Amino acid sequence: MSAPAELRRVAPATFELPVGFRDGMRVPVRVFGTDALVSEMDDQVFRQAANVACLPGIVEAAFCMPDAHWGYGFPIGGVAAIDPESGVISPGGIGFDINCGMRLVTTSLTWPEVRPRLTQLVDALAERVPAGTGRRGFVRTGLREFRDVLREGAGWAVRKGYGVERDLERTEARGCLADADPEYVSERAIRRGKPQIGTLGSGNHYLEIQVLHARGVHDEALARRFGLCEPEQVVVMFHCGSRGFGHQVATDYLHTFLRAMPEKFGLPVVDRELACAPFRSEEGRAYYAAMCCAANMSFANRQVILHQIREAFSDVFGRDPEALGIETVYDVSHNTAKLERHRVAGEERTLLVHRKGATRAFPPGHPELPAEYRDVGQPVIIGGSMETGSYLLVGVSSGDRSFFSTAHGSGRTMSRRQARKRVSGRALQERMAKHGIVVRAASLRGLAEEAGFAYKDVEDVAAAAEAAGISRRVAHLVPVGNVKG
Amino acid sequence: MSAGSFRFVEGAPGDLSFLARGPTAEAALVAAGEALLAATLEDPAALEARETRRLRLTETEADLLLLRFLNELIYLRDAEQLLLRPTTLRVTRDGALRLDARLEGERVDPARHTLLSDVKAATAHGLVLRETPDGWEARATLDV
Repeated sequence: MSAPAELRRVAPATFELPVGFRDGMRVPVRVFGTDALVSEMDDQVFRQAANVACLPGIVEAAFCMPDAHWGYGFPIGGVAAIDPESGVISPGGIGFDINCGMRLVTTSLTWPEVRPRLTQLVDALAERVPAGTGRRGFVRTGLREFRDVLREGAGWAVRKGYGVERDLERTEARGCLADADPEYVSERAIRRGKPQIGTLGSGNHYLEIQVLHARGVHDEALARRFGLCEPEQVVVMFHCGSRGFGHQVATDYLHTFLRAMPEKFGLPVVDRELACAPFRSEEGRAYYAAMCCAANMSFANRQVILHQIREAFSDVFGRDPEALGIETVYDVSHNTAKLERHRVAGEERTLLVHRKGATRAFPPGHPELPAEYRDVGQPVIIGGSMETGSYLLVGVSSGDRSFFSTAHGSGRTMSRRQARKRVSGRALQERMAKHGIVVRAASLRGLAEEAGFAYKDVEDVAAAAEAAGISRRVAHLVPVGNVKG
Repeated sequence: MSAGSFRFVEGAPGDLSFLARGPTAEAALVAAGEALLAATLEDPAALEARETRRLRLTETEADLLLLRFLNELIYLRDAEQLLLRPTTLRVTRDGALRLDARLEGERVDPARHTLLSDVKAATAHGLVLRETPDGWEARATLDV
């Protein structure tokens, strides 16, 4: 077991590392997960979370979701709610891929209808949605229009004809963070990201065709509310972010904050990847405005990708996307910092909630949810490994214990190097084909790095999130086709 | 340029970490650039010298110079579609550290290049550029 001796169970599927585990902690660390998941976490997860617990202004606890694994600065699967008046904003609490997120899309097609054309469909998707290094999207914008993208997010894409109003209603924040201000974005970030609208990227980014089997439904009524109505229904899930634009925003401000922390703010640098600035400082507000631009670029990116998915399905099945029932279920981020209202010790407060590899999971009745989902709660999309499947969950009222945050994926258990030593990309592709999963990968080495055995079991993660009371399972989705970045 | 080498090492499971070594700071930086290329491209040796760029950077600390150097190469890959390696590189210190490098390489060509990871950024996690009894070493973690 890698977990430190000081870790104590405090509630079902909830563990706590007390203040004092390391010097400077302002709040405890709270870890959600089953005994098995927590015992498998590397001790770096706890060290990094304890460093997060030292951040100025942090409220209640530094949280680790059930899929947590160690990263840089924050653990992946880390959440920190920070008082914006007295506290900081940290790019390391968001990640380089700002607003990396998931979108789940229904179709009215069933698996028996899709199966005969699966290879053709995966090829059509791979053709229309560029993946991998150096690929550019089909959308061309000038500088002025790209700044519109940064201000408007997914709304820009819909205005240009790449989607419909209902897509926006079913996107977190309607696909636009209003505090975006392109004045705080470098020309370098714009040059890097401008050609990349409508591209997947690489690493763990993917676009997957999935099937809903009757045995995978945990809550039938809720599944129906989210458009999962038919046995053997085919859906599409994809995972990507703000591409080089967001990466450059994060890089730019990491350097800015590292310079300003000791010199201007007198803040100690606990870990360079926890570089931060007071939220109310000039630097902090500038990063927040730029980060919101990157979030909007990402919402626009996923909206344009959805347009391309609709076109690919239409090409293959010879019917209009509308006739094929290609509808957004929800689009949700797992790499952001957002100002949200939460109750803390009976008092409602505005907090800057950093989620890095953690999904917002608002409960039934939350005013920020679209009207059609407000009575049931927010759909939560957890991407599993490309071999084992993914999950749709829903936000619950008891999720206030994690500032309405839950897991975002399976969580890695193995490094990319180790995964490559265990299997070649070609062998994995053949193995997946034997299991009926058609894969098109931009890089076979990248494919091997994402093998199912390199991840925790998504069933365990989803069950742990439910046991911890931070979200509830709705349906398990099984992969049949994958375009891998 | 000389005599550096690199290898990928275990680190954060979602990322790629490397250790580069060389007899001088310059050689370790060049080897770090090769590690980035090896993360990006299946056959870095086949990269042809069709384009050149000049890179000048100033930093106060050696490891931050390494971070800036790697992130400049990543920026040029996305912004100009260029895969580049340093062919000459000098670091001088006059209060600040100044890096002056000539970069050579070519544009991304999916027909000829087998591309690997689309490295998002070099992170500051575990970042090191320092002199050791055995020469210089550079360590960094790449977010992929």
